Amino acid sequence: MSRFVYADNAATTSVSPEVLSAMLPYFGSEYGNPSSLYGLGRKSAEAIAEARAKIASLLGAKPNEIFFTSCGSESDNWAIKGAAHANMSKGKHIISTVYEHHAVLHTLDALKKDGFEVTLLEVDSEGLITPEQLEKAIRPDTILVAMMYANNEIGTILPIKELAEVAHAHKVPFFTDAVQAVGNIPIDVNDLGVDMLSLSGHKIHAPKGIGALYVKTGTRLHNLIDGGGQERRRRGGTENVAYIVGLAKALEIAIEQLPDMERIKKMRDRLAAEITKIPATRINGSMEHRLPGNLNVAFEFIEGESLILLLDMAGIAASTGSACSTASLEPSHVLLSIGLPHEKAHGSLRLTLSHENTDEDVDYILEKLPPIVARLREMSPLYNN
Amino acid sequence: MNYSAKVMDHFANPRNVGEIENPSAVGEVGNATCGDIMRIYLKIEDNIIVDVKFKTFGCGAAIATSSMATELIKGKSVDEALTLTNKAVVEALDGLPPVKLHCSVLAEEAVKTAINDYYKRNGIDKVVEINGHECDGDCSACGKQH
Repeated sequence: MSRFVYADNAATTSVSPEVLSAMLPYFGSEYGNPSSLYGLGRKSAEAIAEARAKIASLLGAKPNEIFFTSCGSESDNWAIKGAAHANMSKGKHIISTVYEHHAVLHTLDALKKDGFEVTLLEVDSEGLITPEQLEKAIRPDTILVAMMYANNEIGTILPIKELAEVAHAHKVPFFTDAVQAVGNIPIDVNDLGVDMLSLSGHKIHAPKGIGALYVKTGTRLHNLIDGGGQERRRRGGTENVAYIVGLAKALEIAIEQLPDMERIKKMRDRLAAEITKIPATRINGSMEHRLPGNLNVAFEFIEGESLILLLDMAGIAASTGSACSTASLEPSHVLLSIGLPHEKAHGSLRLTLSHENTDEDVDYILEKLPPIVARLREMSPLYNN
Repeated sequence: MNYSAKVMDHFANPRNVGEIENPSAVGEVGNATCGDIMRIYLKIEDNIIVDVKFKTFGCGAAIATSSMATELIKGKSVDEALTLTNKAVVEALDGLPPVKLHCSVLAEEAVKTAINDYYKRNGIDKVVEINGHECDGDCSACGKQH
């Protein structure tokens, strides 16, 4: 019996059985439109209200500060475009970082075409930025700061609380893309002090196609989708009741399981310790300020797509920042941002664990990975034993 | 990435991997920045390629095209090997995804570069034209627009 190890939980996660069973009634008997006045509709409306209240309480927010969207990218687009357009009478300058997710970077590119100016702060070799960097970048016409809570490739956790304080000292609203952070580290929006925060369901064992945006009361934000009166007239479109219920259930489970992150971190650390015994291997990004399940390493002399294909044949699902795995033929902008030369970025491997992974999974990866690296190096003209 | 069964076979079980001691010629193309390098070794006797080996740093398609190109020229005369086109490599592999076509160009050029090396080593006054493109990709990594 061949084994399958899923070690790409930053890409997506399985839908947990509890989440699925919470959702199922809304695909069956509970099909009412939440906007309808009769009982069937009201039941859907109640399910949404309950999910919203639950998510709000899990994040330390108020229910009317939670808005449901179709995904993390939509939440990112809405927060950035909505805040930019709502504040453009004050200025057109936005600050972000070079290693944001493309849902943020490409949204900023779109705004540049509308005359907005964007400053992207550089990260250091660990993937970190400092509040001082932000302080220096803020201008009188800065209207928004958008910085990810945790990086999707190297797992670096930014000091969001301190960064938000700097922005607020200048009366600039602060948005964080927390898609990778939510469910992996404790989050309280009030303690963090952010004005907006995005999250995605499929990273926390809910299905693909559901996200949310936290918008602190009083935050100026234009609508992204105009339509009916849904989401307090802020985001039109008939609500995805089943998925909203699923998201709430998934977040509830994720928060309950946060203590399990210690176990996940130990597995990750064992992987890191053993994998770096392979010569000419380095860990990408900070080990100290890092998501517990994330490991990103670069193997010199080999290319990541080959590595992923051979791992796949051995029953291990993982990902790479190699250019050859993308249509753009450009290596990961995140790995380049922390100073990796192109040839090393090509040989990167990301392993991301969830609570579903076991010590046996780690054993299996450690059994299969080193010979695969050795095999590709044997084939590589760059490698001289 | 959707690779054909043939590509996956040549990637998983590449033919002719390795080096040749005292080769008649060596050709290397590509660069590490772009993410692929192919080096082809030839053993040529009486104008016939009696042995060929390769070493490749690159993606699944780069390894598979190297493997297929070496298979296609093994046992052939130098002149026959020169007729190898990237298209022939792609066809023999039952196709490549469009973004990977540059790997087949690299394979053709590695063979031609090796044959140029053979001419040079043997004082043969011929130079094979290499189309001047190393790949069909448009990656800013190597600063070229192919």
